[in-house]
Amino acid sequence: MTPSTSRDPHPAARPATRIDVRLAAVAAEGRPALVTFITAGDPDYDTSLAILNGLPAAGADVIELGMPFSDPMAEGPPIQASTLRALNAGQTMLRTLDMVRAFRAHDAATPIVLMGYYNPIYIYGVDRFLADAKAAGVDGLIVVDLPPEEDEELCIPALAAGVNFIRLATPTTDDKRLPAVLANTSGFVYYVSILGITGTASADASRVGDAVARIKRHTDLPVMVGFGVKTREHARSMGAEADGVVVGSALVNAVRDSLDAEGRATAATVGAVTALVADLAVGVREAHVAA
Amino acid sequence: MAGATAKLNSYRTGPDERGHFGSFGGRFVAETLMPLILELEAAYTEAKADPAFHAELADLHTHYVGRPSPMYYAERLTEHLREKAGGKGGAKIYFKRDELNHTGSHKINNCLGQILLAKRMGKTRIIAETGAGQHGVASATVCARFGFPCEVYMGATDVERQAPNVFRMKLLGAEVHPVTAGHGTLKDAMNEALRDWVTNVESTYYLIGTAAGPHPYPAMVRDFQSIIGTEARAQILEMEGRLPDAIVACVGGGSNAIGLFHPFLDDETVAIYGVEAGGHGLDVYNGHAASLTGGRPGVLHGNRTYLLQDADGQILEGHSISAGLDYPGIGPEHSWLKDSGRVTYVPATDREALEAFQLLTRTEGIIPALEPAHALAHVARLAPTMDRDQIIVMNLCGRGDKDVFTVGKLLGFDL
Repeated sequence: MTPSTSRDPHPAARPATRIDVRLAAVAAEGRPALVTFITAGDPDYDTSLAILNGLPAAGADVIELGMPFSDPMAEGPPIQASTLRALNAGQTMLRTLDMVRAFRAHDAATPIVLMGYYNPIYIYGVDRFLADAKAAGVDGLIVVDLPPEEDEELCIPALAAGVNFIRLATPTTDDKRLPAVLANTSGFVYYVSILGITGTASADASRVGDAVARIKRHTDLPVMVGFGVKTREHARSMGAEADGVVVGSALVNAVRDSLDAEGRATAATVGAVTALVADLAVGVREAHVAA
Repeated sequence: MAGATAKLNSYRTGPDERGHFGSFGGRFVAETLMPLILELEAAYTEAKADPAFHAELADLHTHYVGRPSPMYYAERLTEHLREKAGGKGGAKIYFKRDELNHTGSHKINNCLGQILLAKRMGKTRIIAETGAGQHGVASATVCARFGFPCEVYMGATDVERQAPNVFRMKLLGAEVHPVTAGHGTLKDAMNEALRDWVTNVESTYYLIGTAAGPHPYPAMVRDFQSIIGTEARAQILEMEGRLPDAIVACVGGGSNAIGLFHPFLDDETVAIYGVEAGGHGLDVYNGHAASLTGGRPGVLHGNRTYLLQDADGQILEGHSISAGLDYPGIGPEHSWLKDSGRVTYVPATDREALEAFQLLTRTEGIIPALEPAHALAHVARLAPTMDRDQIIVMNLCGRGDKDVFTVGKLLGFDL
């Protein structure tokens, strides 16, 4: 079987996923999508589930749920700290999948993408992971340390299981390499707008626009831009250059800032995150997609 | 194939073009780094085929490092272990003396190779990670020699327990960044170095110190360290007229060991032993750094290999008396050599290493680093079980100057 590609000659043969349906609907509204990242289990399971449940109403179009890993090599201090809080609170892969199942029980439409590193999936077992993730209601995967050179590990089995495999494209991914990066990508393309780790610098919107245009010459998939999107203003300016924006570090920092002196959740924690998401949602709605 | 029991024609042909040793190795890195990894692979392939590259490296080995390092017959240690064996057995023990290299360990072999490569690639800044500080010192040394700015990531715990090496690096002009993430040891330093690299890919060369990480590092570092085994093989043939019966090296990430082992892998009569850091003992949870004998396969720092990890795939910190062995992974070629059965991996505990450290000091007047003291602990177990006419070659890969404070504290001396 040929895996689905970004230039699928027979799109009708491949059933649309929740991601495809949602992003098409957002595009029809003429605005960029808001993709929100939180770490599963941060600062504890119950609070994290409450945040997750609150994201769609606050304005999140797609949810990325971080699978905590002890060694998050591409993350800056905010997501490193968030990961540690989750692991210290006892988060495991089983609990992350439980969290998706609990969310799916009342939300059948908002796409969930699990994001993280390969080792916890490898140790869980790839086939078992894909079966359990699919059954829990997961729509896509982003695995930072699986470049196309390692596609047989998880990407090809995920596509066969009907789970989108979303790839990162970066400023170092040149035109020669882009086709290889996009070949087995589905759902959307995540453009990492800076050279560096999450939660640090912000890119300049005009350069992002050029980069997105370059990627779009190679694919029909929507392109989301992330790394350094922190405010409503970023959401508006970056959003105008792409099909959507990804916000992560700013949200986990909102969690951090709401905690008490012992690092426990407070009555303000869930609201701190959903209020920021609501503000960012205004930003993407102010961005009129150029074209 | 990993785990294959059928005998191979050669154990020396790996990795394949995708960096796999059986099922181990590979290129598990973020997309930002992938184009750089491919560029590095191309540059290394080109350098390997260039006689001028080899000539420059050979010249530095001779005049800057002091190679070939001697092969030394440890007569008093041999006699001591024969007495312990009741006068019956007791193999002859030789040391490959890579601790006599400039900078005090085998690490310089690899650093010189990689700095010449960085120069060829037009890079302008060098980063490195270090555990015990030996690789950090060797990196800072070659950067001083070739005029590169050098930044070294070192776990905060290691900065404290290896203070003399931190000062050496600073003297050599390097900037040392203490890493407080995690438990502040080698794994955390490597994470931080990778974060730096992702941020500064265009200007920066990442000088990895061990035979691990994404392809082509494991093969490249092995190639640069194989001078140890190539010299040792020729020297023992010259001195004894035959190959050794056993060769022994300590393994943390595994660079000195693969350097000694690789040229001997197809010599069927040579038994090969890699000695891991057994810490407090393999039965103590998270109390050792024996990835091969006490861990299981997983993916970390760019390669699939044996790792210390919990049931959920979270990486453990591990423990060893030796900062240089305190790493939860191991080079992927060692994982493959374990599964293929060619090399036998065994642990030695902190206590055994400390005893071996003192034994060598008193019998031969050589203060070893705590890392090869682990290898020596196994030699002390092995030699008495062998015949008197049999030969063991051990890689004495580092000198112990950096460890005298640690050992002094453990032995109750007030320094």
